[in-house]
Amino acid sequence: MFSTRNFNRSKPVLFILILFPSLLWAYQFVTGNLGVNPIEKLMDELGLMALRLIIITLMITTLSNIKPLKSIVVLRRMIGLFAFYYVCLHFSTYIVLDHFLDMQFIVQDIIKRPFITFGFISFLFLIPLASTSTNNMIKRLGFKLWKKIHYLIYPVAILASMHFYVLVRADKTEPVIYMGIIILLLLHRIFKRLTRPQLAQ
Amino acid sequence: MKILGSEITPYKTYLNRRKFIKGSLASAMLATITSSAFANHDSDLSIYTKNLNENDKLNSYEEITTYNNFYEFGTHKKHPHLNSGNFKPRPWTIKIDGLVKKPQTFDLEKILSNVTIEDRVYRLRCVEAWSMVIPWQGFQLSELIKMAEPLSSAKYVQFVTVFRPEEMPGQQKRTIIWPYREGLRMDEAMNPLTILATGLYGHEMPNQNGAPIRLVVPWKYGFKSIKSIVEIRFLDTQPETSWETLAPWEYGFYANVNPNVNHPRWSQGTERRIGEFKRRETLMFNGYEKEVAHLYKDLDLTKFY
Repeated sequence: MFSTRNFNRSKPVLFILILFPSLLWAYQFVTGNLGVNPIEKLMDELGLMALRLIIITLMITTLSNIKPLKSIVVLRRMIGLFAFYYVCLHFSTYIVLDHFLDMQFIVQDIIKRPFITFGFISFLFLIPLASTSTNNMIKRLGFKLWKKIHYLIYPVAILASMHFYVLVRADKTEPVIYMGIIILLLLHRIFKRLTRPQLAQ
Repeated sequence: MKILGSEITPYKTYLNRRKFIKGSLASAMLATITSSAFANHDSDLSIYTKNLNENDKLNSYEEITTYNNFYEFGTHKKHPHLNSGNFKPRPWTIKIDGLVKKPQTFDLEKILSNVTIEDRVYRLRCVEAWSMVIPWQGFQLSELIKMAEPLSSAKYVQFVTVFRPEEMPGQQKRTIIWPYREGLRMDEAMNPLTILATGLYGHEMPNQNGAPIRLVVPWKYGFKSIKSIVEIRFLDTQPETSWETLAPWEYGFYANVNPNVNHPRWSQGTERRIGEFKRRETLMFNGYEKEVAHLYKDLDLTKFY
């Protein structure tokens, strides 16, 4: 049985572990150690990290249904916010490093290229999630409304995995695995909802 | 400085020996003195740079050989470099068939003894919107076509890549339909810019770049420049090509570099030249408009992309 305290104690370590890749890539980028096409590499790594963190936040909710892991849910906010952190870095790499703030070009790119459209909408949906991730916000909005807002994580995850799926040219194994995991996690939630004992009104 | 035998040995196997006989032997020997096998060619770039456009700079041997799209060795850019070690580009034959006077199979050595290997510095523009400048060694495809003696009914040329899943791990997975196939219209194939390359930077063609012989069509997106060719067919109808078959809404038969025709994944208006920070404008026909625009004067390039 892991207690809330156990999980809370692991937070500083997790924080450093999840933050570390971004620092490493930034360092490698600045020192010219990110390979032959560093901007592309940086964008790919940041995006993949963000997608994985989004999936992990979904997993945490599912895992918290298992009795001994019930308290794992205390890690969800931190990981969710880190997902947003990596999405922001990914997006700003695209805007600043890849396209040098050429807004006309970027707007066209977002409209015309489905994979960028998916990614962009996913990013937009993450903003209300991230900005309501404080205890204070839960209180102000009320748990019910807050929870409704946070259902946005489902379209975020689906759009993010589609963003990756469409981007890949030929071997779609990796994006399909991510999509599969997301679908399983969603099915589990639907199943849980349908089998939930009805409370007396 | 002492020259180690081991440092000279690789040069014995050069396919591009004619090039060396033709004047760069001395510089090649000088180069072997330096510790790294290829630092040599990088240090004497004058052979190549004289062919450069003023806005272009050669990409390094390392850039050209560690960042490749060659799905036969895996789908990541670094896979061809990492996974091509077991590929054996020798001995090699090329089968010539279809609409020719006499179908036959040529030894690569025989082909090479009948052609002139020359230096060609070309821009390579990938459909993924990155580009490089590469010093190839090779010969005009037209020379081989003359040897093949196609019939006058031949209007197209199809190329086929080798299929050896035991040596090319990417082929063990059906990422695309193997073997890789590409094609050109006959006048494109005969154009003097179109070459079969057998080397780069004075080295025999590295496995990851399409050893021992590959096509280079500099005004088309990189995927047209098919690698490790084992068969050339002459046809009277437009041949099927790999990427077009896989995703016809994305890749056309012509695949001419064209900043005005967009691709659903990548805007083709700009490109990142490997080694540069800011994107640059993509040029019509990759900057070879003067040499090839006449081939397409009657073609709607937005339809035939």
